[in-house]
Amino acid sequence: MSSHIVTPVRTYVVIFVSLLVLTAVTYLVATQDFGAMNTPIALAVALLKASLVVIYFMGVRYNTPLTKVVVIAGFFWLFILFGLTLNDYLTRGWLGVAGR
Amino acid sequence: MSNVGTAPDSYLGAPYGLAAWLLTKDHKRIAILYLISITIFFGVGAMFAAGIRLELLTPKGDLWTSDTYNKLFTLHGVIMIFFFLVPSIPAVLGNFLLPIMIGAKDLAFPRINLISWYIYVVGAVITLTAVITGGLDTGWTFYTPYSSVSSQTAVTTAALGVFVTGFSSILTGLNFIVTTHRMRAPGMTWFRLPLFVWAMYATSLQMILGTPVIAITVLLVAAERFLGLGFFDPARGGDPVLFQHLFWFYSHPAVYIMVLPGMGVISELVSAISRKQVFGYSFVAFSSLAIAIIGFLVWGHHLFVSSQSVYAGLVFSILTMLVAVPSAVKTFNWTATMYKGAVTWESSTYWVIGFLGLFTIGGLTGLFLAAMGMDIHLSDTYFVIAHFHYIMVGGSLMAYLGGLHFWWPKMTGRMFNDNLAKVSAILVFVGFNLTFFPQFILGYMGMPRRYHAYPDEFQVLNVLSTAGAGVLGLGYLLPAFYLTYSLFKGAKAPANPWGAKGLEWTVPSPPTTFNFDEDPIVTEPAYNYNPSREVHVG
Amino acid sequence: MDQQLEASTLGMWVFLVTEIMFFGGMFMAYILYRILYPEAWVLGSHHLNVSLGALNTGVLICSSLTMALAVRSAQVSSRKGQIVNLALTIVLGSTFLVVKYFEYKEKFEHHLVPGRHFDMSLPQAAQQQLFFSIYFMLTGIHAAHMIVGIVLMFVILVMSIRNRFSAAYYTPVEISGLYWHFVDIVWIFLFPLLYLLGAHLGAHGG
Repeated sequence: MSSHIVTPVRTYVVIFVSLLVLTAVTYLVATQDFGAMNTPIALAVALLKASLVVIYFMGVRYNTPLTKVVVIAGFFWLFILFGLTLNDYLTRGWLGVAGR
Repeated sequence: MSNVGTAPDSYLGAPYGLAAWLLTKDHKRIAILYLISITIFFGVGAMFAAGIRLELLTPKGDLWTSDTYNKLFTLHGVIMIFFFLVPSIPAVLGNFLLPIMIGAKDLAFPRINLISWYIYVVGAVITLTAVITGGLDTGWTFYTPYSSVSSQTAVTTAALGVFVTGFSSILTGLNFIVTTHRMRAPGMTWFRLPLFVWAMYATSLQMILGTPVIAITVLLVAAERFLGLGFFDPARGGDPVLFQHLFWFYSHPAVYIMVLPGMGVISELVSAISRKQVFGYSFVAFSSLAIAIIGFLVWGHHLFVSSQSVYAGLVFSILTMLVAVPSAVKTFNWTATMYKGAVTWESSTYWVIGFLGLFTIGGLTGLFLAAMGMDIHLSDTYFVIAHFHYIMVGGSLMAYLGGLHFWWPKMTGRMFNDNLAKVSAILVFVGFNLTFFPQFILGYMGMPRRYHAYPDEFQVLNVLSTAGAGVLGLGYLLPAFYLTYSLFKGAKAPANPWGAKGLEWTVPSPPTTFNFDEDPIVTEPAYNYNPSREVHVG
Repeated sequence: MDQQLEASTLGMWVFLVTEIMFFGGMFMAYILYRILYPEAWVLGSHHLNVSLGALNTGVLICSSLTMALAVRSAQVSSRKGQIVNLALTIVLGSTFLVVKYFEYKEKFEHHLVPGRHFDMSLPQAAQQQLFFSIYFMLTGIHAAHMIVGIVLMFVILVMSIRNRFSAAYYTPVEISGLYWHFVDIVWIFLFPLLYLLGAHLGAHGG
């Protein structure tokens, strides 16, 4: 947080309640069968909750652009790890080479 | 060492005493602490190398048992990579120079800098414990399930040692990033920074983003071994190739962590010896960033011969070819800097030319290996060993030595014998080529790596290689003598013995504790040797 | 002061990026094996106590609120606010660990801890054991981070009691808060990924 901007208590409470609500949503959605969509929905909700924590509780909304780039870069690098590794596992057998 | 240093208020003199050094927050003193530590570990790693090369004089495995030999090459790799090469230029030259080059009094977090050295020492002690209590025979690559299930050596201990030392790297990188962003002197815009700073910054990005992954990976190996949790053991449903993905996600960027700083040193040296602005400054700067980023996208080229899909192999192969481009850009630009520059033949020039030749060969042979088809044949042969030694030793180590010499007067306040330095550079260059060029041929002919015995027809080349290693060793030993000698008997160094540009040459040799009496105000571009000729950038 | 807070915040975020990558390696293992062994993953998940997991999620979200309020208290120079909120954060964090302890105890009693005593009569036992290896590694390392966080909060609490922080200087509270929120975020992902697989199929454990 910038040392100048103090977030009102009310904002924090609103975010807090939202997080609890979203947790309940996560649970309720999980008990329903949405087929292949269960996982994407669960991840999307988790991402939303994480974003609320990052932006409001951690105060990134008031941080410098550089800090914001750092935050995004961190998650982006995670996707490089996941993406290029899965690029191996999910493409096994695509080119018809035996065993590969 | 009471003779060292010129002015009474040099960082070397006051405050005095062991505690003042071990509890220092001065980035320059911490650099010296690292210098001593990594030099010791270079010696340890070199001992293991000597053991390897002695065995390979004869085709039979007659000097060591194969188990012992496995430990020798493993420990040579682990020590040289994690305890020498990765810290070398960043922790010694980077720590010393980065604040001064940007006009700052110290790094952003001086105490964290000191802690990073202590973490290094703890990790080193743990790893030495592993060496003594059974050694390590898995190869520095720790492949599973051998490392996580079957090996009878001190894998868990070694894994913990590497885990701990990784944090030293992370903290150094964190410090450099925040420092470069936040502590530049007035007028020191990004495009007026020395290219060494760009290189340190790019290296730090890789340290931050890559090192944690190897940390968790070795922790998982230790957990598999120690707690019986199965992650990579096929017998328990695990996948050894997952280990390889996780391991190389760091270990490929790690090689750039090792070479980018060397490139940064060469940028500085090439400009100084040519008395000329580095050709294509912004291209070199952006190339550092490009290498840092693209370097994270290529790790699968280490998995070409695993069960990784051919499709993924193609993707990684193309990306690997791509990552060679910025390195090539830099090499062209350094050469262009020297072209029509006022090149003088001091010892730095020898290190630079040595680097350019050896790094080029190393880089080009990397392209051979990037081609999946060729890699199938060359993988796990001496071709690969020659390739990475050309880069790591012919490149990084030569750059480190060049940098150590170049900035020695600044760091110690003493001049060394330049002729002996030239002799060292020549010995290193000749010895290096004699050691490793035959290995390209051996690899091409099919000699596999990590074997202590080989067919008779490979002996001649192996003997040449071992002879070369002797010459190389001499080339490394010589500086230890004349540099140490210079501390006691060397001529006192002026602030700018080489007539080079850069803020570090405007402060005394050695600098005072806080580097500058007042914040410098920067108005010139970097390497401003010929202001009338230059177009101002930044 | 502002410049120092900014530099420290940047430094802490750079560190948190390393933590993202650190946990990321384990998440990668989770993702891969879930793709390879989907049924075993559902079976394993069913052994986890969803109620306790949900309770812990709520506990951590509360602790993030109290943490944010603690930082805010320092920003407005409220010593009392800092002390109350930091103490609450510590209590909530400790509650999390206590619940975790009971969960682990339950796993131990049901022979779900990988190793010699793992119940190999379970369907897809080898793969379920893999699930539990990852479960224990992920939640274990998360718990270790929680412990570090609680110790950190104690230090900050003591400093708050000694009135070391105010609007002019509250950097340590701010950056400790960032660390705490990060540990909460990891759990936000762990809860659905570990506890809620196949919840629509019924048959919860615990």
